[in-house]
Amino acid sequence: MKPKVAIFDFGCCEGCQLQIVNLEEDILGVLGLVDVVAWREAVTGASDDYDIALVEGSITMESEIPRLQAIRERAKVLVALGACAHLGGINCLKNYMDQKEVGRYVYGSKAKWFPSIQARPLSAVVPVDLAIPGCPVDRQELAEVIKAVALGKKPPIPNYAVCVECQRKENVCVFDKGMTCLGPVTRAGCDAICPTYGDGCIGCRGLLDDVNTQSHKQVLQDHGLTVEQMLANFRLFDGYFDVAKA
Amino acid sequence: MKDLHLDIHYVTRLEGHGNIVVNVKDGKLEEYRWEVPEAPRFFEAMVRGRRYDEAPHITSRICGICSIGHTLAAVQGIEAAIGVRPSEQTLLLRKLALHGETLQSHILHVGYLVVPDLLGVNSVIPLASTHTEAVLLIVRLHRLANEMSDLVCGRTTHPINIGINGWTRLPTVKELQGLRQRLVDAIPDLKTLVSVVQTLQLPAFERETEYLALKHPDEYAFYEGDIASTDGDVTPVSQYKSKVKEFIIPYSTSKRARGNRHSLAVGALARFNNNYAQLSPLAQQVAAALGLKAVCCNPFMNNVAQVVESAHAVEDSIHLIDKLLSRGIKEEDRRVEVQAGSGVGGVEVPRGTLYHEYTVDDQGIITGCNLIIPTGQNHQNIEDDMAAYLPQLLDRPDEEIALKLQMLVRSYDPCISCSTH
Repeated sequence: MKPKVAIFDFGCCEGCQLQIVNLEEDILGVLGLVDVVAWREAVTGASDDYDIALVEGSITMESEIPRLQAIRERAKVLVALGACAHLGGINCLKNYMDQKEVGRYVYGSKAKWFPSIQARPLSAVVPVDLAIPGCPVDRQELAEVIKAVALGKKPPIPNYAVCVECQRKENVCVFDKGMTCLGPVTRAGCDAICPTYGDGCIGCRGLLDDVNTQSHKQVLQDHGLTVEQMLANFRLFDGYFDVAKA
Repeated sequence: MKDLHLDIHYVTRLEGHGNIVVNVKDGKLEEYRWEVPEAPRFFEAMVRGRRYDEAPHITSRICGICSIGHTLAAVQGIEAAIGVRPSEQTLLLRKLALHGETLQSHILHVGYLVVPDLLGVNSVIPLASTHTEAVLLIVRLHRLANEMSDLVCGRTTHPINIGINGWTRLPTVKELQGLRQRLVDAIPDLKTLVSVVQTLQLPAFERETEYLALKHPDEYAFYEGDIASTDGDVTPVSQYKSKVKEFIIPYSTSKRARGNRHSLAVGALARFNNNYAQLSPLAQQVAAALGLKAVCCNPFMNNVAQVVESAHAVEDSIHLIDKLLSRGIKEEDRRVEVQAGSGVGGVEVPRGTLYHEYTVDDQGIITGCNLIIPTGQNHQNIEDDMAAYLPQLLDRPDEEIALKLQMLVRSYDPCISCSTH
């Protein structure tokens, strides 16, 4: 029996599930290992009987909590798909603002029609078995993780820094170009794609396990960032976590 | 007389969450709603306090499908605010990036989301075994579009190197030559796609509509232009709020908009209706072969307009690459002196005209932002179409009515999480 997979989304851009389509022909290799039984964005008709749930997006409305809990109860394995589900991601920028003012800024006097809660990752609501990091997720890593989970193996998510991949690509160090970068504290697996294309790492894959963020914060300040600017860097994707708070 | 109750929650094969609610009693349409319960993310509020050059990276995350479009609208809006006009090379490459996204998005929609309806299946997955050649053709074109975006922008979803006043990495001459050859080689596939689409039967339904699209004197407008209406008026992008008037209703987290009438439409069909004479020669042939003539008021023909624009995107990309190669690719000084100000960007992204407005202070910090998304502009038109289409369907079985209404919504290719942002 092939494991049954269901794909769901909460507050997000749906760019991570798009990477499944972006596997192009390789999607057939993935579909050979699993049965997709629910996927609103691509398939009509859905089943509540599934083994693996791939869940994209962060939780930003009270009404989403019971929906996520129901998914958790049905799934044997719950996988957070991408930065919004894994970290809370960019949606957490609003957590640093007055929530009432945020609502009024967008919806004016009608803000009361659209209640919102502080944005949070899936793991703040239910236990999560596994996360595929990134904004968006890397297509190849996505395919490898789905295959590993389908076969009951441990997925190959690296626990070393983006710098390792960046050096392997022989990129000029972002700091040497007079810019700043979160590569030294951010989990690799993206092949250092942002530095390779001339930008700094913006931390979308989350922090390494057991990393010394205090010393990296000092490095950023030594490069001329104020405390606020340094924290703003971490808030882009890691705003839900302590690293972005002080 | 017929009674009908539909509560389709959520409509599938769409980006984002939308519901169709219909109540008919004794043959009379008592209630109809196109509901959008998508989670709001408050991007306009969140971008405040961030540095001006972060706006493209942050607002890119509004949309997984049209992130290149958001990035371009953001750089345009920020550049207008701080008083920067980028080089011709930068603009040519931005136009190329936009074509990659348009091709990717249109092929995704027509090939993966619409065709299953027309062939009576629930998704593209069963078609892989019953219509293998057609599916492989779609996959090849989709792959080409994505690899074009990877090459030009670093990544097809959430592009990396599109910066304020230039590119943080430029494609090499060799890369552009390779891409040009692949685009030339794709033209037979496009022609085959047209012959496949010719065999499909789209529903016949028309409703007179105001169509808005950017218009430019020199080209079929995607990257820039003034706002043209099929009602005849033209408005500069800087005055967008006087033309595209937003409003809020309780059952949609996405704002809606209207122009001269109760509703308006944007997207591939709106662009075709305003600018068909400026399409590339191949795209004009495709339009003729598929029976698309301006002004067309059948929303289902938006799917056909997307195929026409796919041909334009490929042919015009070849033309843009030729221009770039004849100029040579040069590293440029991207430094800017920030001055305080406000500015508006307006770009034709796959689903229609996207507006990004920013206010920036003299330290380069964003203090204000307003975004109007194409699908937000289409929501009221979708609902008005439902009201006009339903009476024509009432003698059909309930399942067919439900399917046709979902096909109507899908024909707009809505990007709902984007419209709520």
